Amino acid sequence: MAKVKPRVKVPKTASVNEVVTIKTLISHPMESGQRKDSKTGEAIPRKIINKFAASFNGEPVFMANMEPSVSANPYIEFQMRVPETGVVRFEWTDDDGSVYDLEKTITAA
Amino acid sequence: MTVTRREALGLAVGGVAALTTLRFAAPAFAAGNAIEDAIMEFTGGSTPGDGDITIVAPEIAENGNTVPIEVSAPGAASIMLLATGNPSPGVATFHFSALSGAQEAKTRIRLAKTQDIIAVAKMPDGSAITTKRSVKVTIGGCGG
Amino acid sequence: MKRTVSILAAGILGGALSTASLADDGRELVIDGETIATTTAAADDHPLSEIISGWRFRSAETQALQMDDFENPAFVAIEYAEELWEEPAGTSNKSCANCHGSFDGLAGLRAELPRWNEEMGKPATLEMLINASIETHQGAEPWKWESPEMLAMTALIGLASRGMPVALKTDGPMADWIKKGEELYYTRVGQLDLACANCHENNYGNMIRADHLSQGQVNGFPVYRLKWGGLGSIHRRFKGCMDQVRATPYTRGSDEFIALEAYVASRGMGLSVETPSVRN
Repeated sequence: MAKVKPRVKVPKTASVNEVVTIKTLISHPMESGQRKDSKTGEAIPRKIINKFAASFNGEPVFMANMEPSVSANPYIEFQMRVPETGVVRFEWTDDDGSVYDLEKTITAA
Repeated sequence: MTVTRREALGLAVGGVAALTTLRFAAPAFAAGNAIEDAIMEFTGGSTPGDGDITIVAPEIAENGNTVPIEVSAPGAASIMLLATGNPSPGVATFHFSALSGAQEAKTRIRLAKTQDIIAVAKMPDGSAITTKRSVKVTIGGCGG
Repeated sequence: MKRTVSILAAGILGGALSTASLADDGRELVIDGETIATTTAAADDHPLSEIISGWRFRSAETQALQMDDFENPAFVAIEYAEELWEEPAGTSNKSCANCHGSFDGLAGLRAELPRWNEEMGKPATLEMLINASIETHQGAEPWKWESPEMLAMTALIGLASRGMPVALKTDGPMADWIKKGEELYYTRVGQLDLACANCHENNYGNMIRADHLSQGQVNGFPVYRLKWGGLGSIHRRFKGCMDQVRATPYTRGSDEFIALEAYVASRGMGLSVETPSVRN
């Protein structure tokens, strides 16, 4: 997978204060820094997604700091309580400073 | 004072032996100190005890590249995962908030070999709890 | 523990065919509510007594990854392919969608490949058909066999056939190629002097070192392999196996691998397409 692409699975609706499961994945090689280039013998430099953060209507919900031991195409699943209708914002931060983001709306009834 | 050749040899051998001993205290894979240090830094100094913290992981990982794992610790502020047999033990740290419906997280991790996975949870009152789980990692079979 | 016992039993049985060594507790492959058959009866003249998908040979955790279209890591590539599908390309400035409509319209294609292609004078694999369309109809640069674009697109088009039985034509001009593929399948190669059949016909269900041997079916390709941390093509897998027996492998898109793919696909006749599958 060439591009870094995030995906999330978020329910479109929920009852007020229902706890929902949120699944997230981002395509990323998570280059650990342990691998060596087969031709030159040089270590391939580390380049991973080191942080994942989810917020709801601006309030932090869940955050994960990641190390190279997280598998390629990092998958993260967590639970969130839905207090009201709002926007869930997801952000993935790469070692090189790039931030990938995605937003989804949940309607609470 | 002159040192006899025998004494010099003895000193040299002793010195090498001492150096070698020091070296063996830090093996290629995560040394016990690295793990303890990581835990202490995370807990802010409190020694973790037993408590309601669970790791769900396969008994035998079909492939060390992608091992599905789940941790949960009801009421925790954060949970840290360590892979004791990996080149460096840190795997991930999960931080929860008032909006977390439950203090649990699932992810997929790399395991270099059969080893213990340790989870440490920091509780809101500053205390810490821990648990560990052994995962067997098979290496190689066939099929490029 | 049940799994350990069955592995030991499989080891003791050695070359004996044994479905008992699947040790998967009869789990079913259910994806988002739809059950996909993972075994099928073999025809009388088939060398195998029962045709079993590679899914059955994997651990519960690996099986679970294929049972949810979000958790299946291949689906990031599927999304990428859906974008590519809509992108105008080449001198034609047309997208796949312009001619083909929705990719669902290609349902059934994956299930009947490889199939004879008169223009090419040989059987065409999905990669070859995609490139023919790209070059001829879009006037664009063809994709490399193992490129992210080709893997994503073969996954998307394969997905359109998911659940459909493998049903390629084996008669007419295909017959010679399938015969050639059969010869390759049963010929020992490499320093380790092994043929595909030695493992995948004589020893499926047994362990080769730490791998649980499957029948080597191709009904789920391109496959997301945990080992690769990504998708891979049929020919990549063939090449890997040849590397492992220390043989000089054929190349992706070679006549040998086309013939082998046709033969191996015919061994899976009736098995459901599982693309994109998840394996170890």
